[in-house]
Amino acid sequence: MSQPTLIRLENVAKVYRMGDVEVHALRGVSLSIEQGEFTAVMGASGSGKSTLMNIIGLLDRPTSGAYHLEGEEVSKLTTERLAEVRNQTIGFVFQSFNLLARTSALENVELPLLYGGIGRADRHRRAGKSLDRVGLADRADHHPNQMSGGQQQRVAIARALVTEPRVILADEPTGNLDSRTSIEVMALFQELGRSGITVVLVTHEADISQYASRVIVMRDGRILSDERQTPRAAVVPPATPDDQEGPT
Amino acid sequence: MNPLQTLRVALRALTRNKMRSFLTTLGVVIGVSAVIAMVAIGDGAKARVEAAFAAMGSNMLIVVPGSSSAGGAMGGFGSMPTLTWDDLKAIQTEIVTVRAAAAQLRTNAQVMSEDQNWGTQVLGSSPEYFQIRTWPAVQGALLTQSDVDTGTKVAVLGQTVSDKLFGANSNPTGQTIRIKSVPFTVIGVLDKKGQSQWGQDYDDIVIVPVSTFQQKVKGSLKNFIEGSITVSATSADTTSRAESQIRALLRDRHRLPLGADDDFSIRNLSEVASAQQEGTRTLTTLLAAIAAVSLLVGGIGIMNIMLVSVTERTREIGLRMAVGAKPADIRLQFLVEALALAVTGGLIGVALGVFGAWQLATSFGWQVIYRPDIIAIAVGFSGLVGVVFGLYPAHKASRLDPITALRFE
Repeated sequence: MSQPTLIRLENVAKVYRMGDVEVHALRGVSLSIEQGEFTAVMGASGSGKSTLMNIIGLLDRPTSGAYHLEGEEVSKLTTERLAEVRNQTIGFVFQSFNLLARTSALENVELPLLYGGIGRADRHRRAGKSLDRVGLADRADHHPNQMSGGQQQRVAIARALVTEPRVILADEPTGNLDSRTSIEVMALFQELGRSGITVVLVTHEADISQYASRVIVMRDGRILSDERQTPRAAVVPPATPDDQEGPT
Repeated sequence: MNPLQTLRVALRALTRNKMRSFLTTLGVVIGVSAVIAMVAIGDGAKARVEAAFAAMGSNMLIVVPGSSSAGGAMGGFGSMPTLTWDDLKAIQTEIVTVRAAAAQLRTNAQVMSEDQNWGTQVLGSSPEYFQIRTWPAVQGALLTQSDVDTGTKVAVLGQTVSDKLFGANSNPTGQTIRIKSVPFTVIGVLDKKGQSQWGQDYDDIVIVPVSTFQQKVKGSLKNFIEGSITVSATSADTTSRAESQIRALLRDRHRLPLGADDDFSIRNLSEVASAQQEGTRTLTTLLAAIAAVSLLVGGIGIMNIMLVSVTERTREIGLRMAVGAKPADIRLQFLVEALALAVTGGLIGVALGVFGAWQLATSFGWQVIYRPDIIAIAVGFSGLVGVVFGLYPAHKASRLDPITALRFE
């Protein structure tokens, strides 16, 4: 028997009420994403891609429709239960990294484990392993302001990976990075995809979406197109690695 | 998250901004140290007052004769002897609430030993006097009733007089002193009683039998007491009853018609004592209230900074929620931060208060009494301040929407 579809949205709609005005952010989106897929969600601002991300990431609940995550209907769960599912199943990567200032890389990576109730020794070990996976084992005790943008984003990815989630949601992860570092980050995502982690990426850059295996384009709260493609291999051009630069 | 982890996270957050955390606790530090220091000093003052009144005697009433009136000049209390020896006897025998009563005749005189002399107060009284003042001898004996009855020339010295006439740590028992050229045998030295509140030295005194006093030291009227009567009531509770009974007795004996003024006056020292104590207690309460207000202000300071902190760390809160923090986790974290600030402030305040009170005490010569219960209450109260004023910011933080919080600039 095959596993249930990892992410399955059925006719999901989201209506925001801003004063007397109703804003239809999503107007009936149905979507299935399988284990290990690397999906890019594209669209102009106001297209509903961010709302879609928030609903997939369980930060928001749909107004109507159903959302099955690993076969479980999650759209009606309590706030507390949603926090638990987020903690165990989903890892987040943000455009602005969102690392805690004046806190070492290792402690930043440990943060989700803290809320998962993992013991101290275990937290250290798993956070160290996760940093190693993004190639920053030697920067464990560096603070964010001692690292370049690319390094910071890799710490953020290590933080997303540390709970061994099924899904990584990345919201414009390359928005604050130069093109070279962006390719490095995309290479990392491709690698995660190969290891069976499902990556959903929101971007407005067509270049970035080329690295995904599937591209969904949104407009006015609906899916405009949904195509699978052969991803472009993320190969970092051989040049002076700007990783070695200090913070900008 | 377990409580220990929450505490660790909270402390990390606070140490990330040390200067601000320190300044925030300052309000509580000042409040708590003020409470501790004020109460310690207030209690010290109270203890001093109590000790002073205990030295004066227990449950004491003093009956002073009335005023003379010669050619329109009113002489003031004690200027005309209105109390008789029979009055004294009546007080001693007819009033059950009176434990003991003694006449006091006083004069100032130069007292001489073999090679020294000293101007002091000579008191003529009876054995009851020592009982009323609760004043034992450290050397020799006290006056006896037979000394009074036969008018023997014996004297009991206060510590100061003994030191001045015979030198410190000497035993003058058996030695002779002269009061107004009359030789007296020293039979005993009284225990050290110290100073009255008004700086009068209780120990600067020579006590002789009242009969001898009248015959040899200062001649006086036969029937009237040219001095006052000291009375000790049976207990603190009966002191005011004894006062009114003595008043009724004396008015009756002096045949004063209804509506006429007393021709004597009764001073209730226990009332003075309790009024004094009431005064110090009111002062202590007042100071503690002011200190409590400053603690409250400290709490508002904590709330202010916690609100700033919540706003400033909105993105951090959003992130923590995204990676799995429940609203309760966030609420607890901020509550524990406020609590840690307040309790740290409280503990520093205790140290500062204890030290400050001690400093004041040593530099002004005050007495301080530290009460562990007040210290515990002050720390507990500062914790309560932390919780109460941390509650709203913590609640506000826990109610943030993670999406908005993550986008917050």
